[in-house]
Amino acid sequence: MSSSVNIILTQCSRTFSGGHTALQPLDLHINAGETLVLLGPSGCGKTTTLRIISGLESPDQGGRVQFGGQDVTTLPIEKRDVGMVFQNYALFPNMSVADNIAYGLKIRRLSRSEIEQRLAEVMRMVDLEGFGERRIEALSGGQKQRVALARAIAVRPKVLLFDEPLAALDAKLRDRLRLEIGQLLRKLGTTAVYVTHDQDEAMALGDRIAVMQAGRIAQLGTPQEIYHQPANTFVADFIGAVNRLVVTGKGADGQLTVPGGELTAPHLQEALSVYCRPEDIEVVALADAQVKGRVLQSIFLGQSQQLMVDTGGATPIQVKASSRQHWPTGAAIGLTLPPQALFHPELSHSKLATTSAKEQANG
Amino acid sequence: MAVTSKQPLGAAYSATQAISQAPKRKNLIAIFALAPALAVFLAFWLLPFSRLILMGAEADRSSGISAYFTILTHQQYLISLVTTVTVSFTVSLVAVGIAGIAGFFLARHRFIGKSVLVAILTFPLAFPGVVVGFLVIMLGGRQGALAQLSLWLFDERWMFAYSLAGLFIGYLYFSIPRVITTVMAACENLDQSLEEAARSLGANSWQVTKDVIVPGIAPALLSTGAICFATSMGAFGTAFTLGTRLSILPLNIYGEFTNYANFAMAAALSVVLGLITWVALSLARKLAGSNVGAPV
Repeated sequence: MSSSVNIILTQCSRTFSGGHTALQPLDLHINAGETLVLLGPSGCGKTTTLRIISGLESPDQGGRVQFGGQDVTTLPIEKRDVGMVFQNYALFPNMSVADNIAYGLKIRRLSRSEIEQRLAEVMRMVDLEGFGERRIEALSGGQKQRVALARAIAVRPKVLLFDEPLAALDAKLRDRLRLEIGQLLRKLGTTAVYVTHDQDEAMALGDRIAVMQAGRIAQLGTPQEIYHQPANTFVADFIGAVNRLVVTGKGADGQLTVPGGELTAPHLQEALSVYCRPEDIEVVALADAQVKGRVLQSIFLGQSQQLMVDTGGATPIQVKASSRQHWPTGAAIGLTLPPQALFHPELSHSKLATTSAKEQANG
Repeated sequence: MAVTSKQPLGAAYSATQAISQAPKRKNLIAIFALAPALAVFLAFWLLPFSRLILMGAEADRSSGISAYFTILTHQQYLISLVTTVTVSFTVSLVAVGIAGIAGFFLARHRFIGKSVLVAILTFPLAFPGVVVGFLVIMLGGRQGALAQLSLWLFDERWMFAYSLAGLFIGYLYFSIPRVITTVMAACENLDQSLEEAARSLGANSWQVTKDVIVPGIAPALLSTGAICFATSMGAFGTAFTLGTRLSILPLNIYGEFTNYANFAMAAALSVVLGLITWVALSLARKLAGSNVGAPV
């Protein structure tokens, strides 16, 4: 399975018959063997992109899809050699587990002994040994999705496609299956495209993530780049929580005045507002604080607590604090926002943030 | 009981008394409420039907033995029984075959005039059997379209209206709309992702049809086929219009009853007809329910 292929989309757009454009002309290069996650809210075009790659939909006139240098634009899905996993499992209810998994192998007219051998192999991979004769109805949601996964990988496809495969499962199972899918993808080394609206899933599975918005790619990058250097406010907002502090003035020494205090941010001198993730904000003694405010609300989350702090701005600041501290409503609180944690998506200077973070880590 | 404990002793006493009387009163209310349904059931079903069953056991006028037994021993009745079942069964099969494909096509394709076409195709549902019989005569009778055409081409009249073939066409005519509407509804409920999954695994459209679509709409095909069978078994108007010489059960029942006043035989044939139809319907229901799992 080392012969993985790359996928190239060239000027792929999709307009539906009603005139609604689901996808703006899109160029996308997916490297051989990589897992690319298409992430975004519903209606952003991620599923349309996946369906164009799969062959279930065609791009508008002029769009091209290539697998490993071969133009597959006009090939229907059944000729593209893909494996697909659906949100609702899409298992054949009239077939047993084994018949479901072996379906693609039977279509390919493999010998009975080879089918048996591959069946055993993939059922071991997805931890379904001994389930072969079960009826689909008799399986739990997690088991169903394992069968669907096994069915897709049994044919050793060139490309694996996932359409929100974990969205119908409960949180605990979702986490476990996410981990297993990640291990499986790394083991197989098959080029994979994974559609989800769940940012945790995207971070955990993607070698790269394409964040999509209104039929366009808002940002394409590694999980780290997407999280720490969001290309715009949409991405910053969509991936994790983010605080936006309005800059009301500037001190003589380059300090930025924000509601509740002043911030040091030499790389954001032109910014009218600055952004900061809740987990980067430190809770400090009032005397050492850059920004002071009052606790509006504290939400206990087990591993941490979420504090809403009113600093006098239009919106309260979200802070992720240790869950062992006690913060009654109305208590005065002091915060520090380290310079490397401050960014502004639309200012290229904001990239300094991670550079200085790296320097700090090295020094 | 938390409520009664807060009340004085007398109140608690009367409350328990009321509770002990409650079931009796409830039963009374239930009987009262059920009375109309029971009356309808007795008057229109149980009494006539048990009378029918008993009557069928009486001696047949010609053979002198129980009418049920006569059906099984006399060729005339046996042939009529087999003919009726065969025609009905064949009609159901052909209707499911033709209308199944047509219904699937209609459910999956959009074209101009589709709604008009569906309306025309389902129009025969509005006709009573007599009219359907009349239509068959227009097509295959002495003055029918086929006879006119063959007269012009080969100088002889071709007819089929007054035979089993005419009956077959007539039954098919009113069976097809039922199947089309049922299959269209079933196709719209099919999970499209199943077909997409099969295709992603390399299945061509024939394989998708065989492995996904037909199993998916099998319950609908079975049940609509059973209903076609039941309707054809009992269809009287069409058969009566096409000719009383046809030896099929509904006409036999009518004949025994009106022409020969052979009530025992008419009753026995009615019971047999009802029984076969009932078995077919419940068999289809059972098969459709257990054989094919519901999509996720």
